[in-house]
Amino acid sequence: MDFSTDMLNALVLISNYVLIPSLSYGSQLALGAVGVTLVFGILRFANFAHGEIMSFGSMVTVLITWWLQSLGVTMGFFPTAMLALPLSIIITIILVLIIDNSVFSFYRKNKSRAVTYIVTSVGVMFILNGLVRIIIGTDEIIFRDGQKFLIKAGHFKKMTGLSEGLALKQTQVLTIVIAIISVVLLFWFLQRTRTGKAMRAFSDNEDLALLSGISPERVVMVTWIITAILATLAGVLYGLDKSFKPLVYFNLILPIFAAAIVGGIGEPLGAIIGGYVVAFSEIMATYAFKKFIIYLVPSEFAPESLVQFLTTEYKFAVSFLILVLVLLVRPTGILRGKLL
Amino acid sequence: MLAVVGFGQSWNVALAILNLCLISSVMSMGLNIQWGYAGLFNAGVMASTAIGGLTAVLISHMPVSKAWSVGGTSLFALIVFLILTLSVVFFIFKIFKRGRKRSFSIALVILIGYVFMRFYYDQATFAIEQVEPAKTGFLGGLGLPIIFSWAAGGFAAAGLAWIIGRISLGLRSDYFAIATLGISEIMISILKNEDWLSRGVKNVTGLSRPVPYEVDLLQSEWFINMVTWLYGVTDGEIVKTDVLREEMQLSAGVIVKLCYSGLFLIVVLTILIFAVRALNSPWGRMMRAIRDNETAASAMGKDVTSRHRQVFIIGSAVIGIAGAMLTTLDGQFTPGSYIPLRFTFLIWIMVILGGSGNNLGAIIGAFITWFVWIEAEPASLWLVENIDFFFTTNSPLILHLKEVAPHMRMILMGLMLLLVLRFMPKGILPEKSSS
Repeated sequence: MDFSTDMLNALVLISNYVLIPSLSYGSQLALGAVGVTLVFGILRFANFAHGEIMSFGSMVTVLITWWLQSLGVTMGFFPTAMLALPLSIIITIILVLIIDNSVFSFYRKNKSRAVTYIVTSVGVMFILNGLVRIIIGTDEIIFRDGQKFLIKAGHFKKMTGLSEGLALKQTQVLTIVIAIISVVLLFWFLQRTRTGKAMRAFSDNEDLALLSGISPERVVMVTWIITAILATLAGVLYGLDKSFKPLVYFNLILPIFAAAIVGGIGEPLGAIIGGYVVAFSEIMATYAFKKFIIYLVPSEFAPESLVQFLTTEYKFAVSFLILVLVLLVRPTGILRGKLL
Repeated sequence: MLAVVGFGQSWNVALAILNLCLISSVMSMGLNIQWGYAGLFNAGVMASTAIGGLTAVLISHMPVSKAWSVGGTSLFALIVFLILTLSVVFFIFKIFKRGRKRSFSIALVILIGYVFMRFYYDQATFAIEQVEPAKTGFLGGLGLPIIFSWAAGGFAAAGLAWIIGRISLGLRSDYFAIATLGISEIMISILKNEDWLSRGVKNVTGLSRPVPYEVDLLQSEWFINMVTWLYGVTDGEIVKTDVLREEMQLSAGVIVKLCYSGLFLIVVLTILIFAVRALNSPWGRMMRAIRDNETAASAMGKDVTSRHRQVFIIGSAVIGIAGAMLTTLDGQFTPGSYIPLRFTFLIWIMVILGGSGNNLGAIIGAFITWFVWIEAEPASLWLVENIDFFFTTNSPLILHLKEVAPHMRMILMGLMLLLVLRFMPKGILPEKSSS
């Protein structure tokens, strides 16, 4: 084995276990974090119910997928859930708007404190959590169908002759592609359309925006619609990539919050960066680099331990650790969001 | 309410609910000190509860001497290196000026320290976890009576709160909530994974009790006499022995639970007295002043951050006591059971329902919330069984509903919280405005 093959092997190894998983997980987090950050920018509160909105959206998608499958409708190569997405997004939007109308709008009119909103969102979280559990139960559901792998590890080994395989799941590619498309659309919307500009103005300075004749209710409504779309996308992509389990989504809000804050809360671009930062550090801090280093250094220096900073169980803890560090060192986040 | 359950289901169930109501009251009083007095949105209630529970284990479990002997040296080395690293970091922090040089050297020292500590840590944990992994595999505790752990749990939680407070106080409420929630999750994942400390997800069971065991009761003479006297003769006839034995077993459960209730009641009343007195003291007035207007209070010369830290520590200590009590009541420590919905947000519902800032309100809120939380399941099962009338029995829908009936409590809790916030924002017992 010469050195260049070793290099390639190391590269493939790291892409397979760190790069690709982080990219897709990061995209899921980014989509979620953009929703959180938008709600924060416009409505000015941290929405604890965001994870449950994701969970609800995914649940609807699962149900519609089942229904489609029972009708014999599939998408062949792609997962059927993609076909179910538009309808489930619409249902989630309706749900979110109902919640806003019946719950949050009251406090908006009364100009309540941010804390009241948070407590309210906790209440919404409970209700949605219960609703999802009652409708679909608490079991783990795998609703992915279609082609699972684009590249299989074995094929890759044969094709390239390397000793490390590279597996590329279709869901991972789908996640990244959908994330890119939706982020581009979002930024086009925020930068170029009237409503998008109104939203940015509103987030920047509420009073000034109101004086310029921007309708707050409309801005809020659009924010919720975007949030619902992104939350459903993030939830479904996460569910496709791993599996759908109602309890998982609650745990997911913490890395999402971490991503939003790390990037600078209120800044959509920051949320995306934050998503990837959190995902990469979670996966890299818990990845055992032993094999990677063996490929790169001469065999005399090969490490004996796993060269793993933290055991995999601490995956979630890593994101909070980053969160705490960012709060201490640079409370505005990477992109200088709102100072809290 | 509890009496209804007592007659309807059984006294054992009613007392079990009562005991948890009492523990929840302590928790909600603790949170009320933080939220109601000072307006701190602490979403890390769970961390204090868990560390209280951990303390209960560490105080009451017998020490595992073998684990100490195999892992002790490495553990000692670990601590030496920890102290060494920290002191070097502190030293660098003091002598160098702020800048790239300082950050770089601190990072380097931490990295070197980490490598050494990791080496000894791996050695120690490996050795400790090898000691009878099915039974112990951890360092064990001090072997003291578990009741001491209630106080110790309070202190431990206070210590933890000091650290959490250092990190997250001074942030705006949203951030503070997220930071505390995050830190509490870190706490739980440490408890779940550090097997040498408290066996992680393998749980510590069979902790000693401060009250008699049912088995011992069944053999003690006074107890047998009492039950015979109570149930021995019904309608002038002597009851058969097997019926009597059943009654005895039930009564043993009741007595044990009553003992717990008594102990818990003492704690609840003590804390209540202290909390009420504190609230009505000048200190309490100052706290409320800070809560209502931080700017004005700090303009009056009050140190807002350090007051916040103080009240955060006190409240967490109270919650820590409750955590130790909970582990005592369960007789086991199960890190996997700590989830934020149950141990953080449910306590929040209790406080808000009862009336933020009112201690009695916190207790009432705890009772109502816990009661609904437990009884929601049988109630919704009953409901499902009674709408059988409309559907064919055993239709898939009914079966599904029966399966998911326990989750009805989530919706009920959320609804309760939202309705209270909307129509009764001050809770059942509003804070008294004393002026």
